Amino acid sequence: MIPAAFDYVAPTSVADALAALAEHGDDAKVLAGGQSLIPILRMRLNTPETVVDLGRIEELRGIREDGDAIVIGAMTPYADVLGSDLVREHLGLLYKAVAEVADPQIRRRGTIGGALVHADPAGDVGAPALALGAEFVITGQGGERTVPAEEFFRDLFETAVEDGELLTAVRFPRHTGWGSHYEKFVRVAHQWSIVAVAAAVRVEGGTIAEARVGLTNMGATPLRAKAVEEALVGKELTEDAVAEACAAAAEGTRPPTDLNGDSDYRRHLATVLTRRAVLAAAGG
Amino acid sequence: MTTIRVTVDGSTYEDEVEPRMLLVHYLREQLGKVGTVIGCDTSNCGACTVHVDGRSVKSCNMLAVQADGHEVTTIEGLATDGQLHPMQTAFHENHALQCGYCTPGMIMQACDVLRENPNPTEEQIRVGLEGNLCRCTGYQNIVKAVQQAAGALAGQQGGEQA
Ligand SMILES: Cc1cc2nc3c(=O)[nH]c(=O)nc-3n(C[C@H](O)[C@H](O)[C@H](O)COP(=O)(O)OP(=O)(O)OC[C@H]3O[C@@H](n4cnc5c(N)ncnc54)[C@H](O)[C@@H]3O)c2cc1C
Ligand code: FES
Ligand code: FES
Repeated sequence: MIPAAFDYVAPTSVADALAALAEHGDDAKVLAGGQSLIPILRMRLNTPETVVDLGRIEELRGIREDGDAIVIGAMTPYADVLGSDLVREHLGLLYKAVAEVADPQIRRRGTIGGALVHADPAGDVGAPALALGAEFVITGQGGERTVPAEEFFRDLFETAVEDGELLTAVRFPRHTGWGSHYEKFVRVAHQWSIVAVAAAVRVEGGTIAEARVGLTNMGATPLRAKAVEEALVGKELTEDAVAEACAAAAEGTRPPTDLNGDSDYRRHLATVLTRRAVLAAAGG
Repeated sequence: MTTIRVTVDGSTYEDEVEPRMLLVHYLREQLGKVGTVIGCDTSNCGACTVHVDGRSVKSCNMLAVQADGHEVTTIEGLATDGQLHPMQTAFHENHALQCGYCTPGMIMQACDVLRENPNPTEEQIRVGLEGNLCRCTGYQNIVKAVQQAAGALAGQQGGEQA
């Protein structure tokens, strides 16, 4: 299938991209890696008049240290995230979740920013970003603002990035020395998560000192399992103690019903996968 | 129309294209490189896999304008001086294809797998080919072919891996 015709601009700076968005208003659409947008254009679910390609903006790409944070440019492809020593060392959970996204070809073009702004509830990057307490740097003609993860994801495919704005970078607090695991449940290879759980824990002398748990596809947005996080703190690292704390994983969620399973099934899955994810995270 | 300059299989082309043109259509219809095929409408099957700047991508999920200034290698550019690439030879010798439709993409992705890791385990080969579907072979002989090619390329002592 072939997209409807559109005009194409490929600015080389954030300022030029914002100007192009301002000029074309509602008729413009931002193109990042295109791994979600191009299929949408091909199916003509969206027919923008102008496509603003961020692919030539060098300043949006790359991974750097900034104090307590690791900052990832919005246009950094998944493959670069996986190839980054900084990410492996300080953001193990993000590394493990990104490794589960789609397939190698798609990970080469798809970007971390594109995935987060697209905000597909089954997408694999939202839950780890939420669990790790990421901050989102959003830039518009009026300047830059930083939004915490809790306020970034608003609804199905809806985030704090308004029309005319760009997500420029994501700041992840370092989680050096934490164990982490992303437990993704699918029926066949190379599928979107039916449910997935992102878990990071800090273990001290056989006891869980801190825990972060994010849920994928358990509602319209990624969710944080706060009740589980609290229940885990101070628990000894035994299977029974972890299972007990994880029993509350589905609390406050509103999982969808679709061909892969109904919402009760997903609630059950969430508790099982959370237990597995936390145990695996604590083990490594 | 937008002007693009792309190097494909070693030759540089300057062309006017509509921005909406997919890279795979540019390769097939404008350049006549029909070795790269289209197997699906959802970017799932991997049949259209080519290398852009040496790394594999799905050419049905990229616009031709995004390839402006970049280097593309298709299955047609893999052989050198009439000599099949070791991966092509390995597919041939291991009966790694039946209808052959998935083969161009499978070979391009298999080359990418070895570029990332010249000595992969069977499991790593299977995971590396996750985005390429074959409806005929059951994958067994494809995995064998990649293993043979890995050995052949290692034997070439630091030989290039496409
Ligand atoms: C076959 C297939 C399988 C997949 N499987 C998975 C999977 O298992 N898990 C998973 O998580 N994902 C999966 N994906 C989706 C993939 O991760 C996409 O790459 C990702 O969702 C979008 O990133 P992108 O850079 O390609 O963005 P694009 O597709 O270019 O853009 C997505 C949306 O975000 C907007 N946008 C992008 N960047 C910005 C920005 N910086 N500022 C403002 N707006 C912006 C665009 O306007 C568009 O609306 C799959 C995709 C395909 C085709
Ligand atoms: S044709 Fe490109 S993935 Fe199927
Ligand atoms: S050989 Fe027929 S699809 Fe693979």
